[in-house]
Amino acid sequence: MAQYLVLIYGDESALEAAGEQGYNELMTGHMEFGAKNEKALAGGNALQSVSTATSIRSNGKGDFVVTDGPFAETKEALGGYYLIEAADLDEAIAIAKQVPAPSGGVEVRPIRVFD
Amino acid sequence: MRVTRDLDLAEECVQDAYAQALTNWQSSGVPDRPGAWLTTVARRKALDLLRRDATFKRALPFLVDDSVDADPADLVSDGEIPDDRLRLICTCCHPALAQPAQMALTLRLLCGLTTTEVARAFLVTEQAMAARLTRSKKKIAAAKIPYRVPPAAELPERLTAVLGVVHLLFTTGHTAPVGSDLVRRDLVERATDLARMLRQLLPANPDVAGLLALILLTDARHATRVDRTGRMLRLDEQDRSQWNRAAIAEGLALVRQAIAVGPPGRYALQAAIAAVHAAAPSWEDTDWDEVVSLYDQLCEIWPSPVVALNRAVAVSMAQGPKAGLDALDAVAAEPELAGYSYLPAARAHMLARLDRYDDAVAAFEDAITMTSNEVEIDDLRTRLRRLQADRAES
Repeated sequence: MAQYLVLIYGDESALEAAGEQGYNELMTGHMEFGAKNEKALAGGNALQSVSTATSIRSNGKGDFVVTDGPFAETKEALGGYYLIEAADLDEAIAIAKQVPAPSGGVEVRPIRVFD
Repeated sequence: MRVTRDLDLAEECVQDAYAQALTNWQSSGVPDRPGAWLTTVARRKALDLLRRDATFKRALPFLVDDSVDADPADLVSDGEIPDDRLRLICTCCHPALAQPAQMALTLRLLCGLTTTEVARAFLVTEQAMAARLTRSKKKIAAAKIPYRVPPAAELPERLTAVLGVVHLLFTTGHTAPVGSDLVRRDLVERATDLARMLRQLLPANPDVAGLLALILLTDARHATRVDRTGRMLRLDEQDRSQWNRAAIAEGLALVRQAIAVGPPGRYALQAAIAAVHAAAPSWEDTDWDEVVSLYDQLCEIWPSPVVALNRAVAVSMAQGPKAGLDALDAVAAEPELAGYSYLPAARAHMLARLDRYDDAVAAFEDAITMTSNEVEIDDLRTRLRRLQADRAES
């Protein structure tokens, strides 16, 4: 088995526009996903809005610049993630396809193993 | 190749097998099933290598690691040979790999081309191609792209990628995008071999039949596409008696199979269009209404500006240049066609037929500046000169 991080990207303004009903549908979707893939799930979290993000860049000489905002400005922002276990990429993709991401999509990244 | 579960090793074994094939076949002739022979030799090579150094095997990144501890010999027993190649092409053409990488891996691992040859095929430096191949193989290992034929439910989607790669190899070879030769015979032959292999593996699949038909029917014209001086001959100028009748017969039978079950797919429709041309005694006596109708169906299942452009050319033959130009104008603004030289070239021919001389000259000049294949540039220049000569006479 291998571990994969499923990064969930979406348009925050679309979620806001969807209102309370849209929010509830999304949450229900995640609950259903979690129940169905319980065995494969090794972790996961939803993130606060990108407006709460703080980025810290190093200049390589021991100084840091702390700024408001995400590391990279994109229309679709990282909104949460799941850590999953799967036999191979095809299985990981099959699970990732079920992650609710109505205003964007997901990225699957294999977790690096050091030996 | 399933024996090793490692692409690098598989690659070396395939290379060795090809090298051995050349030596053996020269002295004892080509075996009945050369593909099977190659796989057997590659497998034996892999076993030798694995037995020699079991730790070597463990140290390498595995495609699938569920049998790391198994004795390599155990992995050989159930190996049906055609399945091995289907497995390998499904891995090479996995949608998680970019299409150029899919094509490069397919040529390297299924066709046994060296990295140098693959680099030459895509007109990039050997260094760049080596880096691309290494990156792809690393991704296969790190992301664990499985080495297997996908389950039936996923096969259609995966087969689309596989057929797409074979088709792209063929079209790249059929009209080389840049350079001094119109056709890259090597790529055309590789694509034909791969399509035949897929046909052997999936004999009932209509899309596979359609693609092989399309390749055979299009390539049946290859001897007539350039004249003795290397000048390009268009469909209306080709000596149809020189078309490869055996390839056409085989292609026509495959088209019939491809359209017999269910609604025809993309390749079956393209093959059917090629079949109409193959059956026509001349350009003028082509069943253009049938061609337009097939393009209409193709536009529905495979909407693309390039298909619409080809349809417009067929319309200009079936219903006259004015109707053709109207159809062309309807798609001319598509961003995908910006810089596509066949658009102004098609426009130039229609404008010339409508006696709009200045517009036709301008369109020819546009087409010439957009073309990178020297044989095609020569053809456009010749046509422009002919138009100017006709004008001077009248």
